[in-house]
Amino acid sequence: MDAILFLVFAAIAVICGINMVVQKHPIASALSLVGVMAALAALYLLLGGEFIAAAQLVVYSGAIMVLFVFVIMLLNAGAEKKAVLRPWGKYFGAPLLLVFFGIMFFVVQRLTPASAGVVFGGFQGAGAREIGQSLFTVYLLPFEVTSILILVAILGAIVLARKEID
Amino acid sequence: MPPLPLPASVPISWYLTLSAILFSLGVLGFILRRNIITVFMSIELMLNAVNLTFITFSYMLKRVDGHIFSFFVMVVAAAEAAVGLAIILTVFKNRQTLEIDEVSSLKN
Repeated sequence: MDAILFLVFAAIAVICGINMVVQKHPIASALSLVGVMAALAALYLLLGGEFIAAAQLVVYSGAIMVLFVFVIMLLNAGAEKKAVLRPWGKYFGAPLLLVFFGIMFFVVQRLTPASAGVVFGGFQGAGAREIGQSLFTVYLLPFEVTSILILVAILGAIVLARKEID
Repeated sequence: MPPLPLPASVPISWYLTLSAILFSLGVLGFILRRNIITVFMSIELMLNAVNLTFITFSYMLKRVDGHIFSFFVMVVAAAEAAVGLAIILTVFKNRQTLEIDEVSSLKN
């Protein structure tokens, strides 16, 4: 059952990811990305991360993607012209990417213990309670720094996108 | 045709391989696409793939730290999206284009 669920959601994620790369129109790419993120949220649930799954749905496929879709519609972005692939990208980029993926696959197969498998409910230690405890004790300083980062980002976004008023 | 032999528990390596596939797709979109917004979305896809790796290792080590890290990645991605989209808006306002090749005033 676990394997079936994993394969279903992994297939959704990969298909939506491929669709995101090949679609010409930015709106189609954005909606495919929403599909990837929703499938990943389900996979986080399978891995025992209820809090992160909810945050993924709310923050990523909710807030961030709404921002993307909003900007795409605001700019009225049309389909992009035929992508001109430079020789560098064609003859080095894609093969290097394949090599990268091959190395990653090999390392992953060798590094992970074959016995350990993921079963749903096999790890209970990452609920909201544990994350909150860890976040406000061990990781308190990074958490506070994060708030400053958000503040800087808000100010930067306002300054960059404001309308010049004479 | 015999039924596929599905394992009772999903191996860790399947999750990590899925993460590698998604990351590679993100890199592919980053180097192939010419629309500045789509390039930006490819970066988000790569961040998501890394998040999946964090959560998987968190499960493997039975620790909560991976979840905290991916939480921070989400926060940074949100901040990055806000600033990046503001930059895209400004670029479009000044150049009336979203083609990444035409925004090259820093070249040479």
